[in-house]
Amino acid sequence: MELLVAGVIGILTTVGIYLVLRAHTFPVILGLTFLSYAVNVFLFAMGRLVIDRPPVISPDAPAYTDPLPQALVLTAIVISFGMTALIVVLALRGYLETGSDRTTLDAARRTEDGDGA
Amino acid sequence: MTLLLVILIPFLGALIPPLVIRSGRNTCAAATGGVTLLALALLLSHAPAVFSGEVPKAAVEWVPSMGLSVSVFADGLGFFFAAMILVIGLLVIVYARFYLSREDPMGRFFAYLLLFQGAMVGVVLSDNVILLLVFWEMTSLTSFLLIGYWRKRADARQGARMALVVTGGGGLALIAGLLLVAQAAGSWQLSEILARGELVRASPLYLPALLLVLLGAFTKSAQFPFHFWLPHAMAAPTPVSAYLHSATMVKAGVFLLARLWPVLAGTEAWFLIVAPVGLATMLIGAAIALFRTDLKGLLAYSTVSHLGLMTMLLGLGTPMAAVAAVFHIINHATFKAALFMSAGIVDHETGTRDIRRLGGLMALMPITGTLALLAAASMAGIPLFNGFLSKEMMLEEAAHTAYLGLDFLFPVLATIAAVFSVAYSARFAIGTFLGPVRRDYPHHPHDPPIGMWLPVAILVVPVIAIGLLPELVAGPLVALTAAAVIGGPLPDYHLALWHGITPALLMSLVAFAGGAALVLAFRQADTLRARLPRLDAQTLFEIVTGTLVVWCRRGIGALHDGALTRYMGVTVATLVAVGGYGFWSATHAAGTRPMLPVTAPAVTVFAALVLASGGTLLFHGERLTALILTGVVGVVVALVFLQFSAPDLALTQISVDVVTTILMLLALNLLPKTTPVETSRAVRWRDGVVAGLAGLGAAGLAYAVMTRSGASISDFYLAQSKPGGGGTNVVNVILVDFRGYDTFAEIIVLGIAALAIYALLDPALKGAAVRRIAAMLPREESRDAHPLLLVVATRVLLPLSLAVGAYIFLRGHNLPGGGFVAGLVVAIALIMQYIASGYGWAAERMRVDSQSMIGAGVAIAGLTGLAAFVFGRPFLTSTFGYQHWPVVGTFELASAMAFDLGVFLTVVGVMVLSLAQLSRVAQRIDPVPETGEPMDVLLEGAPPGGPGREG
Repeated sequence: MELLVAGVIGILTTVGIYLVLRAHTFPVILGLTFLSYAVNVFLFAMGRLVIDRPPVISPDAPAYTDPLPQALVLTAIVISFGMTALIVVLALRGYLETGSDRTTLDAARRTEDGDGA
Repeated sequence: MTLLLVILIPFLGALIPPLVIRSGRNTCAAATGGVTLLALALLLSHAPAVFSGEVPKAAVEWVPSMGLSVSVFADGLGFFFAAMILVIGLLVIVYARFYLSREDPMGRFFAYLLLFQGAMVGVVLSDNVILLLVFWEMTSLTSFLLIGYWRKRADARQGARMALVVTGGGGLALIAGLLLVAQAAGSWQLSEILARGELVRASPLYLPALLLVLLGAFTKSAQFPFHFWLPHAMAAPTPVSAYLHSATMVKAGVFLLARLWPVLAGTEAWFLIVAPVGLATMLIGAAIALFRTDLKGLLAYSTVSHLGLMTMLLGLGTPMAAVAAVFHIINHATFKAALFMSAGIVDHETGTRDIRRLGGLMALMPITGTLALLAAASMAGIPLFNGFLSKEMMLEEAAHTAYLGLDFLFPVLATIAAVFSVAYSARFAIGTFLGPVRRDYPHHPHDPPIGMWLPVAILVVPVIAIGLLPELVAGPLVALTAAAVIGGPLPDYHLALWHGITPALLMSLVAFAGGAALVLAFRQADTLRARLPRLDAQTLFEIVTGTLVVWCRRGIGALHDGALTRYMGVTVATLVAVGGYGFWSATHAAGTRPMLPVTAPAVTVFAALVLASGGTLLFHGERLTALILTGVVGVVVALVFLQFSAPDLALTQISVDVVTTILMLLALNLLPKTTPVETSRAVRWRDGVVAGLAGLGAAGLAYAVMTRSGASISDFYLAQSKPGGGGTNVVNVILVDFRGYDTFAEIIVLGIAALAIYALLDPALKGAAVRRIAAMLPREESRDAHPLLLVVATRVLLPLSLAVGAYIFLRGHNLPGGGFVAGLVVAIALIMQYIASGYGWAAERMRVDSQSMIGAGVAIAGLTGLAAFVFGRPFLTSTFGYQHWPVVGTFELASAMAFDLGVFLTVVGVMVLSLAQLSRVAQRIDPVPETGEPMDVLLEGAPPGGPGREG
């Protein structure tokens, strides 16, 4: 099972990074979503994999899984929503203002910028 | 502790002027003056102690082990400087009230002035070295604001920038220098460092420390060759020039030399560097001042010259010279501030500061003229004025100084400087006030209101009083300050008008004769000067900075070329390379932790992930498809959490997934629907290989950890959750209790993100963006903008979802759930209303706007945390108890619940605000939706918006 979860992390990272390296905003945003998934599962896996031992105190429970990574990941999930939303809106605003959704400055803009005008 | 307040009050007081300016300029100036007066009163309350030889101290420890503390002390030197800064500050405030015109924003001016004042008092009272450095930087920054106060003027902006570059650059050197001094002395407290001078001077760090400290002090005090910024800073309003550039900020460098005198002075290196730099500055400043035609420019170079004089005296390294330096600091502050203010009055009244267009003003403005002549006499070093006394002491010291075996160098050059100083003082006085009255002043001049000349008069009083009775008026202050500078017994000296026929007296006489001759022969001297080659320091400065900027731009341009793909590619490739190197250069063995058996459902889910991810990878050009597949991946991640004992995470993940997908759908509505393929196959393969290697690394690392056992700190949380936090859901207890600080900060971040989204989208409904949105029309539209089925379903589900939300919230402390998940569930229910019934319909019915909800959430969480203070516990300490209500039974009430309520409200507000704003923008391109009620059934053929429209 550990191998499968490691596989999940690997696949999510690969797809995430590949998409982040694209030159348009929307794939980059999807890539960031994938990377957030990857990081969250990775962090979660740092508590090791345990089945049927939720960290809810009960007299009948024989043992518990590590609650700390879960708490960290829970806030991470919510924060990554905030981050994704912000980036989506940035991308949208950028597109609406410039009419382009590329993540690279084109050559003309670049030299203009370089002259510090 | 009142000593700390002396620094704090100006900073806090800086808030007042911009607020009270609405009540009028007098109120504003009075409030500013009141702030300064309060600080001064607090400082003077320490005067008896300081004069009796005590050193008042105050400190607030922060990280004492690292030398970080807010500690201040007021020995003679610090006390004297602080008093001077506040007293002259008070006079400048009165003067500025009348100097600034109606168009000048006075609130801003006084706010800057008070900030500067606080920083300056901080510099002179700091005990901790790092604190001193912080205040030092603040003086550079606030003086930048003050010099550039008239921000519309190009010369003001350039002058401000130059001052910042030079003094800020010197400040960097000073940071390094003082850290070295602290290192060598083994203490961060100046009061201790001062007692360990021997240790520092013997240290191998002494020379680098000295050079760096001197660089900081010389740039700040405009010493040659860094003197050029000061005249350009004269673009500032005159009150600023009088305050910063005569009395306080430029003295900071001299102060520092005096402060560190017991530690750094007395060595050969000190003497060989500091004394000639001071001498050269004194000479060059005085020579340039003579030929200036702008009154403030003349005074600026004269200030440079006098700062050089003080530096030279401190550089001589003898106790007697230090006494002379201290005495001259006092004298110069009085007469030079008075002269700056007089120049400002002349400028204000006549409309010009050009000495060639002035003259004869004595008859037209007798009060100003008299005061200015008295101060100028002091500047020239004429007997009976205070400038004469300290200049005599300086000449006396110079007369006994031999530099590198040259006995004549210092006496001769000091005398020449004195000649120039007499000449420029005379030129200032004669050129402005004496001579025939002219007819062609730009304005008709007369004496200004009393508020402008009274500060000058107050400053002229000590000029004469000290000049006549030096020992009586200034004796104790000089003794107190000089003792602090020397850090040992005072030399045997006597402040007096007559010392007999001394070398200094003879040098003075030569200076008077030479100065008079120079004034008479000014025209010839000016012609001669015009023929001399000129080395313009400003041009040099601009060449240096210009070259630096070009090179920086080249370097940055090469790295920062505006292509995100490249930055990301370089970053990831570097990570892969470093990780790969780490992996191959170490030994590793397989983990020993037993693995869990693979189950059939797990393999199925894994296969779903592979398909969905692979699909996203291949079809990411089709954005909608890619988005849906991403949603599938999110579900898989939720299932992973569910499988491995994390119900809370699964709940959160699935709800966030819903919200994220809706959000991206809304955005996609306005973005292009496809991504064109623009990169070559080779580039895509390269990216794929980099991404694949990174993925392999991440997977390998995760696998390595999962197959090994390790100790965890979580046993504490598991054991304490119930007895300490009062809840059985350990994850929730960690979030709202053990690590409540994190959560509190997190909801603040979320709130900020949502507000940023609002700020980004709100203006998107104007300008270029709205034209682009308009250009998107016409688009494919569903005939049925609000499907009846969806509308009915969402409305029926709303109360149900709210109930589920409440349930999840309430049980969260003990069972999976809590504020985050509940907030997401409720937010989804609300957002569904926007989707189903349209933005207008839903927004109209939202009684609470989401911004207030975010605010209320953060406030509730914060107040819950603060409530702990009431019981004398640290921030966010939680408490819980058991309540017994009839019918309901016994239940538990934890303060953490209130905290969780704050989390809940913030999450709802953030989600609704972000999505509602997006749909508001999206709605702009939908002409149909707002026709009538969403539930109206449009009959075939009926005109849209016809029957159902209300109002």
